[in-house]
Amino acid sequence: MSFGDWIGQSENIVFLVIGVVMLVAGFWVVTSRNLVHAVLMLVLALAGSAALFLMLGAEFVAWTVVLVYIGAVVVLFLFGLMITRAPLRRDPVSLDHARRWPAMLVAGAVFATLAYATTAFYGWKEGAAVTPSPTGDLGDLLFNRFVIPFEAVSFVLLAALIGGIVLARKDPRE
Amino acid sequence: MLSFAAWSAAEGGHAGAAGEPSGFLGVLAQGAWLIPVVPLLAVGLIVLFGKRLPLKGWELAEGALVFVGLYGAALLIGNWVDPFAFERHVEIARIGVLPGGHDLVLEWGWVVDGLSTMMYFVVGVVGSFVFTYAKGYMKGDVRFTWFFAAFSLFAGGMLVLVSSPNTIQLIVGWELVGVASYLLIGHWWEDHANNAAAIKAFLVNKVADVGLFIGVIISGLVVGSFRFTDLLDAVEAGDSALADVGVWVGLALFIGAMGKSAQWPFHVWLPDAMAGPTPVSSLMHAATMVTAGVYLLGRMFPFYQAEGFGAGLKPLILVIGALTLFLGGLLALVQDDIKKVLAYSTVSQLGYMTAAMGAGAYTAGLFHLFTHAFFKGLLFLAAGSVIHAVHSNNMSDMGGLRKAMPKTYWTFLIGSLALAGIVPLAGFWSKDEILASLAYDGQHGGGGLATFVLVLALAGAFVTAFYMARTVNLTFFGKYKGQAHLHESPRVMTYPLIGLAALAAVGGLVNMPGWFTAFTSWLAARAHPIVEHHASGLNWGLAALGTLAALAGIAAGTALFGRDRATQRERDRFRIPVLYPLLEHKYYLDDLYDYGLVRPIRGPLARAANWSNNVIIDGAVNAFGVVARRLASLVYGGFDQRGIDLGINAAAAAAGEAGGALRRVQTGKVQQYAAALFLGAVALVVGFLIFT
Amino acid sequence: MTINQFLILGSLLFSLGVYGVLVRRNAVAVLLSIELMLAAVNINLVAFGSLLGDTLRTGHIFALFVITVAAAEVGIGLAIVILIFRNRASANVDELDLMKW
Repeated sequence: MSFGDWIGQSENIVFLVIGVVMLVAGFWVVTSRNLVHAVLMLVLALAGSAALFLMLGAEFVAWTVVLVYIGAVVVLFLFGLMITRAPLRRDPVSLDHARRWPAMLVAGAVFATLAYATTAFYGWKEGAAVTPSPTGDLGDLLFNRFVIPFEAVSFVLLAALIGGIVLARKDPRE
Repeated sequence: MLSFAAWSAAEGGHAGAAGEPSGFLGVLAQGAWLIPVVPLLAVGLIVLFGKRLPLKGWELAEGALVFVGLYGAALLIGNWVDPFAFERHVEIARIGVLPGGHDLVLEWGWVVDGLSTMMYFVVGVVGSFVFTYAKGYMKGDVRFTWFFAAFSLFAGGMLVLVSSPNTIQLIVGWELVGVASYLLIGHWWEDHANNAAAIKAFLVNKVADVGLFIGVIISGLVVGSFRFTDLLDAVEAGDSALADVGVWVGLALFIGAMGKSAQWPFHVWLPDAMAGPTPVSSLMHAATMVTAGVYLLGRMFPFYQAEGFGAGLKPLILVIGALTLFLGGLLALVQDDIKKVLAYSTVSQLGYMTAAMGAGAYTAGLFHLFTHAFFKGLLFLAAGSVIHAVHSNNMSDMGGLRKAMPKTYWTFLIGSLALAGIVPLAGFWSKDEILASLAYDGQHGGGGLATFVLVLALAGAFVTAFYMARTVNLTFFGKYKGQAHLHESPRVMTYPLIGLAALAAVGGLVNMPGWFTAFTSWLAARAHPIVEHHASGLNWGLAALGTLAALAGIAAGTALFGRDRATQRERDRFRIPVLYPLLEHKYYLDDLYDYGLVRPIRGPLARAANWSNNVIIDGAVNAFGVVARRLASLVYGGFDQRGIDLGINAAAAAAGEAGGALRRVQTGKVQQYAAALFLGAVALVVGFLIFT
Repeated sequence: MTINQFLILGSLLFSLGVYGVLVRRNAVAVLLSIELMLAAVNINLVAFGSLLGDTLRTGHIFALFVITVAAAEVGIGLAIVILIFRNRASANVDELDLMKW
């Protein structure tokens, strides 16, 4: 479909707005000189992704993102910042490397490749109708069809739990 | 190439004294090849295992010799009961064709006839006694095991010599005993004087061996075969080709015999050979090795009897024998070293044997060889016992040993009396037989020469008794002049003395003319019968004369040397006025050899040879070496270093440089690794997209 | 909604995250960028799950797993960063170059 048709659909306008917000937030995450700002911008980006998920009918995933990501992970980041005595305001020393263009090049190459690879397969036609996925169905699937990955991931969590404690505790010899 | 298919038996194909043995005796005769082989085998075993055995190899040597002795005794008795002459040959190689159509063949074989059997017996029995004695004498020696290896080598070589049916094998045995003699005389080679003595013995023998070689070569080529039987057959048949060269062959062989049997003037090595251990002196230089020359004359006896062949040499043999007999005996008078006395005595007795051969007395000469082995072997062993106790060879350090060493004294006395020829001991019978045959020859062909030799022989008997009495008195009577602690020798040394003394006492009884002549019949068993005169009874006149001469000698010796004088030189010089300086310097013969022969060779000739060797021969060899070195350095420097090594080094340097450059990739910075990771992934995806 | 719009958005966010990983000097900032990358992945996955007519909703399930793993990874990652900070009193990744040649 053409851009005019696409922009005519109201969902796509909402998508555009949220997308721009996420991009700007993401840009600030990686370029901000203030680390706390970077974390907060990440919150924004994640919130945007949650909204997108809602649009896509993945309500459970959306709220999981809000809960886990924004609620726990970001808080963890803040704690990490505090413990590692990162400068909590604008850093006098640059947070980035002196030469940024190699990274830009690599990032550019990644974007180009990824964008081409993923979109070449699909056309610009209308996708399937979005139906909400009920949480119950998700739960059903999770514990029946995808129970093995589920168990595997629970092991990962267990390992992370133990690992986190072991790594971060005070040395027992001291 | 040993071809057992080429067995050939040479019988006594003559109507003669002997035939093929049969039955058990035949088995013994056919197995007689063991007799030389067993001692030679013992040599190998001793060298390989001797040191590990409980008796350090002695048991192997003694075992070999006892085996030989028993075998020899068995053969001797068998020969007595049923006389035979037996030969076997095994062809080793064919080495050429003579103009006459004969094939020259190299053979190994063994003879079992009267002469060889007698020698087996002597070597085995006397050897067994001497080996037993040597076990005690050489106790604690630094090279005990090797000593018995060399001694067994000697025994093996001697047995090869006396068992050989052809002249080539005789030479093999001849040289083997020569080598063994060299090794054993120089057994204590730490003292250079011993080395010099060993070399002297070897070289003097070698000079005489030239004669042996010439004789063997000429006779072999002319007759077309090296076998004794073929040679003697040719003599019997009156072969004219052989007769033409007969004198030269006979002379050449006799010269060879002179060297080994220490005839004048080749006797000079024997006294010096006393530098070896006493058992060696006893077995080799008294009983067996030195008798090899006499054995050769005996083996070739028909040759030397036949007119036109060797018979013309008999006067020469007589003269040499007589000279040796008398001059050797005189030299024994003035020796201080007890072994030297016995050495010159051996020379003298060998002269007796040779003279007997020259007079055509086959049995007499060999009988003296037989008895001499016993009493001279005994005398040497007893002297060794004395030396062992007194730690000195010189009689000026001895005296009065009679009380301290009774067994040694009595056995030495028996040996001396046997040597002097006192009835009924062994020497009497053999010496008397020689005198009788000299007398006979004087009347039947030998002429005045033989009679003169007879007189010399009688004088020699006097001298023999004289110097033995001197020796006995100086050693065993009077006051002891040394400082050593005196004791009798251990049983391992005295028992052989007693055994040999017994043999020396009764050994002569096997050939009493007119009564019991077993020895004569033993020796007569030969393929080619010996023509000689056998006395029908004892020649009482000569026996009496001989005994008188001996008793006179004993009396003189006891009278002059019975009482102590201050020094031995004083005694001698006082007693032997004019002759003493001449005798002291051994007739200046050694000096003659030294200045006339040895020094010119050692000096100018040797220097010229050295120069030629260094400059010419070594120069050529060195030139090769220099060229090779230059070439090598060229290859190394130009080709290897610059060419090949450069390539290899460049490759290595390139690898190193590449590594040095590449390692900078490892910066340790994770973000750079991450960048590389992403780039790699992008590249993969792009590649995937492009190519599919 | 076309699927491509979500995919392009996802790629953009992902490459922003890559840039952040490569350029930031603070270890926590690097982890932050990694979270951004994972968020972009989630968008892709959920889009696939919704817009391709997948009755199994595989994409949504997978997104859940990704979230879980991301949470675990952040926990561990921060623990490691804290440990490094304890040893070196600095969270600067430039200084972590012990594997240098």
